[in-house]
Amino acid sequence: MAVKDYIRERFFPHLWCPGCGHGMVLNGMLQAVEKLGMSKNEIVMVSGIGCSARISGYVDFHTLHTIHGRALAFATGVKMSLPELNLIVPMGDGDALAIGGNHFIHAARRNIDITALVLNNRIYGMTGGQFSPLSGPGIRATTAPFTNIDYSFDVVELAKAAGATFVARTTSYHVQQIADVIKKAILHEGFSVVEILSQCPTYFGRKNKAGDAVDMVRWFKNNTTPIGSKAKQENPDLIERGIFVQTERPEYCNEYDKIVEIAKRGRN
Amino acid sequence: MSENKKFVQGNEACVEGALYAGLDFYAGYPITPSTEIAEILSYRLPRIGGKFIQMEDEIASLCAIIGASLTGRKVMTATSGPGFSLMQEALGYAVMAEIPCVIVDVQRGGPSTGIPTHGSQGDVNQARWGTHGDHAIIAMTASNHQDVFAVTVEAFNLAETYRTPVILLFDEVVGHMRERLVIPEPGVIPLVDRLRTSVKEGVDYHPYLPREDGRLPMSDFGGVHRYNVTGLFHDMWGFPSAEPKVVHGLLHHLVDKLENRTNLIARYKEYYLEDAEHLLISYGSTARSARHVVENRRLRGEKLGLLELQTLWPFPENLVREKCAGAKSVIVVEQNMGQILREVKLAVDEPQKVFLANRIDGVFITPADIMNIFRLIQGKGV
Repeated sequence: MAVKDYIRERFFPHLWCPGCGHGMVLNGMLQAVEKLGMSKNEIVMVSGIGCSARISGYVDFHTLHTIHGRALAFATGVKMSLPELNLIVPMGDGDALAIGGNHFIHAARRNIDITALVLNNRIYGMTGGQFSPLSGPGIRATTAPFTNIDYSFDVVELAKAAGATFVARTTSYHVQQIADVIKKAILHEGFSVVEILSQCPTYFGRKNKAGDAVDMVRWFKNNTTPIGSKAKQENPDLIERGIFVQTERPEYCNEYDKIVEIAKRGRN
Repeated sequence: MSENKKFVQGNEACVEGALYAGLDFYAGYPITPSTEIAEILSYRLPRIGGKFIQMEDEIASLCAIIGASLTGRKVMTATSGPGFSLMQEALGYAVMAEIPCVIVDVQRGGPSTGIPTHGSQGDVNQARWGTHGDHAIIAMTASNHQDVFAVTVEAFNLAETYRTPVILLFDEVVGHMRERLVIPEPGVIPLVDRLRTSVKEGVDYHPYLPREDGRLPMSDFGGVHRYNVTGLFHDMWGFPSAEPKVVHGLLHHLVDKLENRTNLIARYKEYYLEDAEHLLISYGSTARSARHVVENRRLRGEKLGLLELQTLWPFPENLVREKCAGAKSVIVVEQNMGQILREVKLAVDEPQKVFLANRIDGVFITPADIMNIFRLIQGKGV
C-alpha cells in the first residue's frame, strides 16, 4: 500500500500554515506504518487539541479527535478495551505536557502499549503563539512579551523518569529518522514516547527572529547530534537525537489479562 | 437468602444494575461517597472478563470510558461532586460526539470539598447545565435500592437508544443506606443493545447521518468502517465543519433527540395523587421522607399525594403541570436551595402555590421537618 492510501484525500487541503513541520511528521509516521505493512483497521489514532491534533482527521484510520490534553486518557480506554489495536497518539507540546502532563506521566508509569508522539514546536500555535512548557527561558511569545522565565521540561528525561520503556527524539529535518523511530516505537510493546522537534515559522519563528521554515529546519540540522556523538562531547549545548531508552517491562494490558485469569479462578 | 436476594448498600445496588445491563468496562477515581462502586467493580468485572481501570483523576476516567465505548463496550464511571465538576468538559464531548456512557454522581454536600460524608441533592442543576454550550442531557435518580437497580438498567438502555451520556444522580443517603435488593432473573428487564450499522465493508458509512427515526447506527472502532470522531461541530462523516447549516442542524439534532422525547424518557412514581389536595414532589432519598408524610397523613384523612420523579432531565414539564393542576398547594421536597423547585414553578399554571421544603445542613430531611413546613404553609404555625 502506498503512503497516500493512508490519507483521507476528501479532507484535504490541511489547515497547517505554509512551512509548518507537522506535515513532515505526518509523512514520516505514514512511512513507518507503510513499512510495517499495517492494516488501516488495526490502527486507532487519538489526538487532543491544537495544530498537531489535527493530524488525526487526515489519516484513514479509526480516528478520535478529543479534548485538550486528554488524548492519552481516551487512548488508554480504547487500548484497555481492545488491546489488539495499535494506538498512536500525536500531541503538541502544550497538549502533552501542560494540560496533559498528568496523563502523560501516568500512561508512562502504567507502561500501556501506546505510541505517543510529541510534536514539539515550543509554542501554542492554534491560539496564536503563547509560550508552552517546552519554550524555555529567554523565548518570546505573545504571553511573554518581555521574554519567558519558565524553565522547560526535557521530554526525554521526563518520559524516562515516569517509566516510559521506549524514548526517542528526532527532528523534522531528519525525515528518515522520524519514520525509523516511529516504526520502532510502534513495534515496541509498552509506552513509547517519540519527541519530534518541529518548526512553527508563523509564531515561534516570527516572535524569536528564527527565520523562515528553511532556516528553522537548518537549525535542527546544525544543533542536534546523534546520542553520545563526539560532537556532543565537544559542544554540550547540542541536542541529542536517537533512541534513549528501549527496555522491557510488563505491559499494562497483558498484566490485566493475568488479573482476569486470577479473578476467574478465584473465590466464590 | 436465596442467591438473587441481597442486603446491600445503594452503591452496590447500582453495581448490580449496571452488571445486569451488561456493563463490561469501568474507569474511575476514588471519592467519597461513591468509592464502593469502584471497589466492588474492581472485583466483579475481571471475574466476568470485563475491564476495570483506576485512572489518575476523574477527567481521565470519563475520557477512558468514552474511548472504550467506541470499541463497543457498555461503560460507566462513578464519582461525587468535585469529581463530577472535573468531568464536565468530557461530558460535553460525549454529548457532542454522541457516545453512549453512564456517569454516576453520588451527591454529597457542596460547593467545593463541602461535606463529603453527608447527603445532598445540590448537583441537580450541574447535571443539567454543568458542561458549556447548549445541549440536552438525561439525568435519573431513585429513592430505594430496587429502584436504584432499575434506573441503572434504564440508564444503560437510554444511553444506547439515544447515543448519549446518561447521568445517575444518586445521593449519599441512598448510596450508603442498606436495604434489601432482589435481583431479577436475566431477561426480566429488557436490555437495549447497541444499534450497529448494516452498511457493508467498502461502502461509504456515515457515522453522523441520522436514520429516519433519528437514530445513528454505530460501528465499533477496530471494525471495517474507519471514521472520525470529534468534539468540534462535524458533518455526516464526523469531519470538522463550521458550515452554518451543519452547525445549526447538529445542535438541533443534539437537543431535539432528547427534548422532543421528554414524555418517553420520563420515569416517575405516584402515590395517592387521584384526589390529592396537597401534592408533594420529591426525588432520590428525600422522596422517602415525603412518602412517609403522605402515608401518615392519609391515615388521618388528609388528602396528600406524592409525585416521585425518577427522570429529572429532561424535566418532565407536562407531567408536572398535569399532576399539579388540581392541587391547592405543591411542596417540593429536596436537599438543596430549590433546584427542582424552580423547574416546578416554571411548569405549573400557578407558581405562587409552589413551596419548598428543604434542608441544606447536611442532615437528612425528616417527615417531621416536612410536616412543620406544611403547617407553616397552611398558616398553622409549627
